[in-house]
Amino acid sequence: MTAASFRRWVTGAYLVLFFGYLFLPLGIMAAATFNSSRFPTVTPWMGFTLQWFGALWADQRMWQALGTSLLVGAGVIAVAVPLGLAAALLLDRLHSRARTFLYAVMVSPLLTPGVIVGISTLVFWREWFGVTGGLFLTILAQSSFIAAYAMLLFLARLQRFDQTLEEAALDLGATHGQVFRRITLPYLTPAILSASFLAFLQSFENYNTTLFVRGLDTTLTVYIASKVRTGLTPAVNALSLILIALTILGAVVYEILRRREARRQPDPA
Amino acid sequence: MGGVLRRYGPVLTAAILLAVAVWLLLLVVLPQLLMVDFSFRPSLPPSKAGGPEDVYTLRNYATLWTNQIHLAIFLKTIWASSLVTAVTLAVCYPVAFYMAQVAPRRRLPLLVLMLVVPFWINELLRTFAWYIILAFNGPLNALLVGLGLFSEPQRLLGGDAGVIIGMVYVYILFMVFPIMNAMESLDRNQIEAARDLGAGWLRIHRRIVIPHAKPGIAVGCIMTFMLAAGSYAVPALLGGPQSRWFTEVIYNWFFEGGNWNQGAAYAFILLILCVAFILLMMRLFRVGLTDIAK
Repeated sequence: MTAASFRRWVTGAYLVLFFGYLFLPLGIMAAATFNSSRFPTVTPWMGFTLQWFGALWADQRMWQALGTSLLVGAGVIAVAVPLGLAAALLLDRLHSRARTFLYAVMVSPLLTPGVIVGISTLVFWREWFGVTGGLFLTILAQSSFIAAYAMLLFLARLQRFDQTLEEAALDLGATHGQVFRRITLPYLTPAILSASFLAFLQSFENYNTTLFVRGLDTTLTVYIASKVRTGLTPAVNALSLILIALTILGAVVYEILRRREARRQPDPA
Repeated sequence: MGGVLRRYGPVLTAAILLAVAVWLLLLVVLPQLLMVDFSFRPSLPPSKAGGPEDVYTLRNYATLWTNQIHLAIFLKTIWASSLVTAVTLAVCYPVAFYMAQVAPRRRLPLLVLMLVVPFWINELLRTFAWYIILAFNGPLNALLVGLGLFSEPQRLLGGDAGVIIGMVYVYILFMVFPIMNAMESLDRNQIEAARDLGAGWLRIHRRIVIPHAKPGIAVGCIMTFMLAAGSYAVPALLGGPQSRWFTEVIYNWFFEGGNWNQGAAYAFILLILCVAFILLMMRLFRVGLTDIAK
């Protein structure tokens, strides 16, 4: 065996191990859904069953938690996407140290541990406005950092924007409102869709921040965590399996759309 | 500022400025400042708020030094998070290098997708997967006993080892992508040239690849450390009373101890830890803030 083929063999083995490491745990978790054992496991195998999907379907508290998660997700889209859009529109037109400073403040929530985002929101709103934990604070706390993700998406798209289009429209007598509605906004529509998708996903799976500001409301992620600690049955696996399947579907569609978009757009010079 | 007004007109400019002000002031800056202010005050019943006892004090911070259990948990959170960061870096570096420099172009889209997909999956569910694997009658114990490494199943959940194993799995993807992105811009010809001039692979990495990938390595380490030190889900699921994490101590101050001021002080200490780690990485890898915030 030559040195080159040996190196290729080691690289291949390492990649197989790495991707096996990424996917095998998820596969085992999924497989445990179909085991009729009362505790989710694959060893020993007690026989194939679909009963845990039925148990999940009949779980009233799961449906309630799902409803809460959907509500919070919709709220976060409504708050975080416009905030991120406004921030990107502002940054796009600043060229100075003010831009660097604002940018640093805007991305700082992404470099702050989630628990601290939750705690600071909880303390601030109780002390200043007397608002306690619940749906409202959950939406605000999540939006405070999800808006930063949205901002980054919008900023990336705005960088490829041909500003002469806006200038031409203004020269031809369009109002600022018309330019924004007819030119800027349509150009940003794909970014609005992907920002909304990302915001919803981030909100849906958030745990660390939500835990501190949720009050008495329970989102689906919080519900899963509490089920794992008290009252774990393979119904939790069934739920996980469904969520993972939906996520993979979403991720693949998102990637395909993103790549198609990237192909259509020539690279910025 | 004039550029903004000229481009968007007065109405839109006002709306944009208002939205940005609401976000940054009401949702980001003021809450952080108030949390810090809160952490320097004693915990008082509402009737005494603003009274003579409501003075600034360092008492909440002194608690961490006097409470040996909390201090031990804090120190463990630091070394365990550092360990998680080091292990993920070691595991990811070869993968990132392969993806950025070696992989054939036509295979790349599929490989990237295979990395992206687990990245999208809920952190809590990825943690739960390890709960199943590490469980007392789970597959890992079955495998270890089956191979004859142990005569009977071991308790793998509820200790620090389980938490650290879980964290490596959950946060590994935050290490891969930054390094991969940084390595992609390295010209393959540079590596070829070094090899032609007789450099071994160790030297190629030390002198060419690693210096080029430094900003990516720094970002990956910062993200991983921050997520590990600030993690609540992983220790809550895979740990136990004997392996508490600093975030769990903070949570208990808020929702079991009922002492928010004390909890805010601990939260601020955690934040300082993360900022200190960011500064350390910037010093270590000699990269600026602009390299990191890209």
